[in-house]
Amino acid sequence: MIRSRLTAQRLAFLFLLGCFLFNYPLLSVFNRGGSFFGLPPLYAWLTGSWLALIALMAWVVESRAD
Amino acid sequence: MLQGWVIVLASFLYLGILFAIAWYADRRADSGRSLIANPAVYALSLGVYCTTWTFYGSVGRAAASGIGFLPIYLGPTLLFALAGFILHKMIRVAKTNRITSIADFVASRYGKSQLLGGLVTVIAVVGVIPYIALQLKAVSNSFAILASYPDIIMPAKAGAVPLLQDSALYVAMILAAFTILFGTRHLDATERHEGMVAAIAVESVVKLVAFLAVGVFVVWGMHDGVGDIFAQAALAPEVAHRLASADSPAAYGTWGTLIFLSMFASLLLPRQFQIAVVENVDESHLRRAVWMFPLYLFLINLFVLPVALAGLLHFPGGGGVDADTFVLTLPMAHQQEALALFVYIGGLSAATGMVIVETIALSTMVCNDLVMPLLLRLPVLGLAARADLSGLLLEIRRWAIAVILCLGYLYFRVAGEAYALVSIGLISFAAVAQFAPVVIGGLFWKGGTRDGALAGLAAGFVLWTYTLLLPSFAKSGWLPDGFIAHGLFGIELLRPQVLFGLAGLDEITHCLVWSLLVNMGAYIGVSLMRVPNLREARQATLFVGGAEAAGIPGWRGSAGIDDLLPLAGRFLGLERAQEAFSRHARQRGLRSLHELPADTRLVGFAETLLAGAIGSASARAMVASVVTEEPLGIDEVMNILDEASQVRAYTRELEQKSRELTRATAELRQANARLQELDRMKDDFISTVTHELRTPLTSIRAFSEMLHEDPRIDLAQRSRFLGIIVSETVRLSRLINQILDLAKLESGRAEWTVAAVDVAEVIREAADSLAPLFVDKRVSLQLDGCEAGLNVLADRDRLMQVMVNLLSNALKFVPVASGRVKVDVGAAAGEVRVSVTDNGPGIEAGDQEVIFEKFRQGTGNTDVLIDKPQGTGLGLPISRQIIEYFNGRLWVESTPGAGACFVFTLPRQAGDNGASQPTGEQP
Repeated sequence: MIRSRLTAQRLAFLFLLGCFLFNYPLLSVFNRGGSFFGLPPLYAWLTGSWLALIALMAWVVESRAD
Repeated sequence: MLQGWVIVLASFLYLGILFAIAWYADRRADSGRSLIANPAVYALSLGVYCTTWTFYGSVGRAAASGIGFLPIYLGPTLLFALAGFILHKMIRVAKTNRITSIADFVASRYGKSQLLGGLVTVIAVVGVIPYIALQLKAVSNSFAILASYPDIIMPAKAGAVPLLQDSALYVAMILAAFTILFGTRHLDATERHEGMVAAIAVESVVKLVAFLAVGVFVVWGMHDGVGDIFAQAALAPEVAHRLASADSPAAYGTWGTLIFLSMFASLLLPRQFQIAVVENVDESHLRRAVWMFPLYLFLINLFVLPVALAGLLHFPGGGGVDADTFVLTLPMAHQQEALALFVYIGGLSAATGMVIVETIALSTMVCNDLVMPLLLRLPVLGLAARADLSGLLLEIRRWAIAVILCLGYLYFRVAGEAYALVSIGLISFAAVAQFAPVVIGGLFWKGGTRDGALAGLAAGFVLWTYTLLLPSFAKSGWLPDGFIAHGLFGIELLRPQVLFGLAGLDEITHCLVWSLLVNMGAYIGVSLMRVPNLREARQATLFVGGAEAAGIPGWRGSAGIDDLLPLAGRFLGLERAQEAFSRHARQRGLRSLHELPADTRLVGFAETLLAGAIGSASARAMVASVVTEEPLGIDEVMNILDEASQVRAYTRELEQKSRELTRATAELRQANARLQELDRMKDDFISTVTHELRTPLTSIRAFSEMLHEDPRIDLAQRSRFLGIIVSETVRLSRLINQILDLAKLESGRAEWTVAAVDVAEVIREAADSLAPLFVDKRVSLQLDGCEAGLNVLADRDRLMQVMVNLLSNALKFVPVASGRVKVDVGAAAGEVRVSVTDNGPGIEAGDQEVIFEKFRQGTGNTDVLIDKPQGTGLGLPISRQIIEYFNGRLWVESTPGAGACFVFTLPRQAGDNGASQPTGEQP
């Protein structure tokens, strides 16, 4: 259960954040050639931000501070 | 080692293990120790989202469009960020209403409409069948490819092989049998399948591990890490452009559309709804799933792009190898037989998981929302009267599973080759996305009506069919493709994939733009044409608002347990139904189900119970057949919906106050009546007293005036007048004394000196004090039994007063000279009895009580006495008061003409020297 309205709102904020991270125009910034630690920038960006978002979601729902 | 029989054996072994897990989990569930009551199992079972479409198809899509496969998994991640608002609410609503499928959910939300449930079922079946076809295709292809090892040969085109040699047919048959075994072993009132969920969770682990194994092998076995693959890819001209996405508005548009689409799909696909909502054991599991499920998606996609690039590098120019099969063909090309077999099992996991859950979910919908409503409406079949339908329900579901897989196979034969895996999956996604407006809207907007939902769904479904499904048939050659290029009837504006000239979008985005736009427009527009009716409004309150819905009764009629139990028994089996009703009875604190009152709560319970087995719409119809429902007035509903609880609370309070007031009024009225009576008595008393006082006063005044005005009155006369005045004055003062005495006695202010008194002694004393009067009147006085020393507890002076009063009374009424008065004293039954008998005129029976009232003398109607009797009329009342004060009684026995006998008794004082009498009462 999502224990409190606050947690639900934090998650909703992460939803908006994800919508922003995973979409145009931010994507176009990374959608170029070259490499980022040996990885294509877009791949690196999406993988990294996706994992970060999941980590934030885990932190929000698992933290008892709410 | 990868001969055909090895692969078949491995497949069956794997399925056998799965079945064993499911069987074990079911047994654990039956014994109350659920294996799946665990947030991790819930999160893993959600992994059913990843089908062969993910397992094989993602790599294929990555090989074609680089990172373009990813939005399908970003969408669900974002959806789970909204879990607190959407999924949590859906689970809660589904649990309270025993929703068993997405069709049931929609039907229930819009007033339990069977029509709506049927439409959702049709859309779901039509939309999902291509997806099932996809699984069949993937399994049969992977089997064919693996069986041809060590060569890598792409399987023949679907439909090219004869029917009986088509492995996909056998796959479909085996999956059908397996699903029937899994999903329809018994009928559960909640439509939950614990064993299936456990097996699905295991499958999720298997496919994830298999894919990660391939990824690790490709990245570190074949290359020197991810960087190496990307570096090589960057050097290969035809691979390099996969490293970035197409940088155009349309490409970003498609990307966003896919995120949006997959968000809804991960919620609205029948299998996702089944696992996420229906099979949810505990709401709290959702909390863990919020991050675990996205993490699962992340892991299973981690190696997709590297594997796709490695495949492109390894099979340059395609090399006759379908990119969808890279996961399998790369290990095969490097002679990794075990890994290849494991990958095949992983793909089998992905396919079986999807097919099992999807067909179970669809079969529930087909049975509850399509077939049962129709069958129950056909009077020919007489189903409505049949005693036990639970077997029939299972039978229908089994047939539904078989038919759905059959249809999947047909689609595979007909259209299977026209599309890559990813495109087929997206067609299904777009179909279920049509549910989004009515489901999400229904959760947050109370204004939606059944008509609006029907209109929206129908419009969306028609547009989806026209812009996506029919073109997919046309592309596979099943339909003439002229209408794609030139539009329906040659009208350019009606070209299905450039509808009304909307060009520049991919077909999925194009379809979604049109279908969802029209869908939402129709849903909202038609809904707004009228206010929701009562049933819709009630369901809306249940779905949208949580707390205030609790008190709304669903039924205004009632039916008894005698009607409802057989009804539920027909669908659930009698034993199961009895168990459920007994549980309900216990919850309500009753001893047995036969004590259940025929109220709306019972009807509501029966409906919810049935809803679990046959869907909410059918359940309502069935319950309605036994309930005589009173029409629900609009005023009542407004009352219920608006401030019902508040108003009711006030009303209760008012009613209570009014009851208290009524009670107080009654008491007051009683008190008032008593007061009025007392007032009347006081008036009587005062008028009597004044009358009694006036009589002596008048005579005193008359004689005084005569003396005063006539000085010539002679001395004898004067002396006689003065004698009268004196005696009248004496009478007056006696009267006043007695009135004061009586007032004291009545008000309880009299002073009493209570002690043991010898009755005989008091009588003797009284007789002595009156002796001169007796002598004067020549009346004989006889005392009997006055020797016995009988003691009573009393006030000596007061007792003397009583005795004197009785004796002087007797003296008053006996004739001169011949009068006889006799006093008797005796002891009887713990009492001392004293009687005063005279030989006077006696007292009429009607006067025998009256003489004890104040100022009433019982002689008014006797002519025996010429004189008005002397006395005040207060002696006897005072005497009675005194005797009663000491717990005694005073009465008179008399026969007119034969004298009177006044008797009083007093409790005998214990321990006196007479006969021992233990029962003497204390005053």
